[in-house]
Amino acid sequence: MNFSIISDNLGIYFQGLNNTIQLVSISLVIGLVIAVPLSVIRCSKNYFFSTPVRAYIYFFRGTPLLVQMFLIYYGLGQFELLKSTFLWNYLKEAYFCALLAFALNTAAYTTEILRGGIEGTPYGEIEAAKSVGMSRIKMMIRIVLPSAFRRTLPAYSNEVIFMLHGSSLASVITIIDITGAARIVNSRYYTPYEAFLTAAVFYLVLTFIIVFLFKKLEYRWYAHLRRDHNV
Amino acid sequence: MKKLFAMVMLSLFCASAVVLSMFFNIGNVQAKEWKEVRIGTEGAYPPFNFTTPEGELAGFDVDIAKALCKAMGVKCVLVKQDWDGIIPALLAKKYDAVIASMSITEERKKSVAFAGKYYQTPAKFIAKKGAIKEFSKETVKGKTVGVQRATIHDSYLTDSYGSDVEIKRYGTQDEAYLDLKAGRVDMLLADSVALDDGFLKKPEGKDYEFVGPDLTDPKWFGEGAGIAIRKDDSDLVEMFNKAIKDIRADGTYKQIQDKYFAFDVFGQ
Repeated sequence: MNFSIISDNLGIYFQGLNNTIQLVSISLVIGLVIAVPLSVIRCSKNYFFSTPVRAYIYFFRGTPLLVQMFLIYYGLGQFELLKSTFLWNYLKEAYFCALLAFALNTAAYTTEILRGGIEGTPYGEIEAAKSVGMSRIKMMIRIVLPSAFRRTLPAYSNEVIFMLHGSSLASVITIIDITGAARIVNSRYYTPYEAFLTAAVFYLVLTFIIVFLFKKLEYRWYAHLRRDHNV
Repeated sequence: MKKLFAMVMLSLFCASAVVLSMFFNIGNVQAKEWKEVRIGTEGAYPPFNFTTPEGELAGFDVDIAKALCKAMGVKCVLVKQDWDGIIPALLAKKYDAVIASMSITEERKKSVAFAGKYYQTPAKFIAKKGAIKEFSKETVKGKTVGVQRATIHDSYLTDSYGSDVEIKRYGTQDEAYLDLKAGRVDMLLADSVALDDGFLKKPEGKDYEFVGPDLTDPKWFGEGAGIAIRKDDSDLVEMFNKAIKDIRADGTYKQIQDKYFAFDVFGQ
């Protein structure tokens, strides 16, 4: 056990931490922004609209994140035609490819989570909305979606944690995230135990923060379910 | 009740200790004789070691390994292992020796012992033809350079160019070639022979060329490629050293070398 190696190389780990936080938070925001409209479309009874969304979800839930990343990063590089377009300026960057894969992946899962929330809306809430004469869009925005968000919060916190852990795959395509930092330290000093244990501690702390934030959010959003009503 | 529990635990503990010590003894007895030597290699570093389309390991390292085993009179078992875990897996006894073009360096000698060298070739940069006219620290400033993670080339690049170029580290040399072709890196640094046979001589490498000098500084590039062995197995180090001498003397080495290269790879 030689933890002086770790303290000498903490700089790499913090660089990795920075990359991990950026990658995960940006892809989660993009994913959520995509997922909200998609989940509404997914619930549509019109197959013309809901089928493409179903296909998208099926693809991204049906294949491993690593395969999706390889398809985007190495796979697209194979097409010479693509390389002459402006798109290549973005796809050239490993960072963008990882972000794209993560965002599309989390969007697919989040869409399914939200669909469950929307379909589980108590019928009484919808009847109440109808009885005061809300339009379908207004009902969606004011009643169904907020109610769905509230119900899906615990499931979504799982997705956020999975995304954090999934982001460790970014190290495979040359990005120095927390895992990438650990791999560099391991490869230079042949100390896999110390190197990856340090990475594990970083992930544990991040997960702890995520759990804490969701607990705060649940406390707020579940105010009506709380036993102590002295808010 | 508590006493009974403690007694049971104690006897379980004793029993497991006996069983464990038996295992270790058996292990030691077998280790002394060396009827079988398990050899770890990477299988993604042509022409030294690569995986054929049929999934077999092949290449210079693999042929040398088989010849050495024959000279030592032991059975060879080849084990495939990713490069950045190749020393940890040796230490974890997943195999007994590494024959995978591993350079003998001071850094690695801290963790493992080495037999040989069994060949020595310089390291070099490659880049797109005409992209770098005159190689110097100034002309490569700001370029992106790809390198295989956990190699001597990685250490050299990090120490000598770390602040001047952007370094991208890959798990295998093959992935680095893909990104050079895709234009994600400007240059690669690796062993000159591996670059030449693994890339430049192939159709996909026709637009690329060597740039800069032959790099041989022993501080980073060591004393040539050797066979890594756990420090406890000093008998195996001696066996391998003798076997290298044997195959050099009886012409087996030259026969294998001529199959892959048109020049002497053993070096000085």
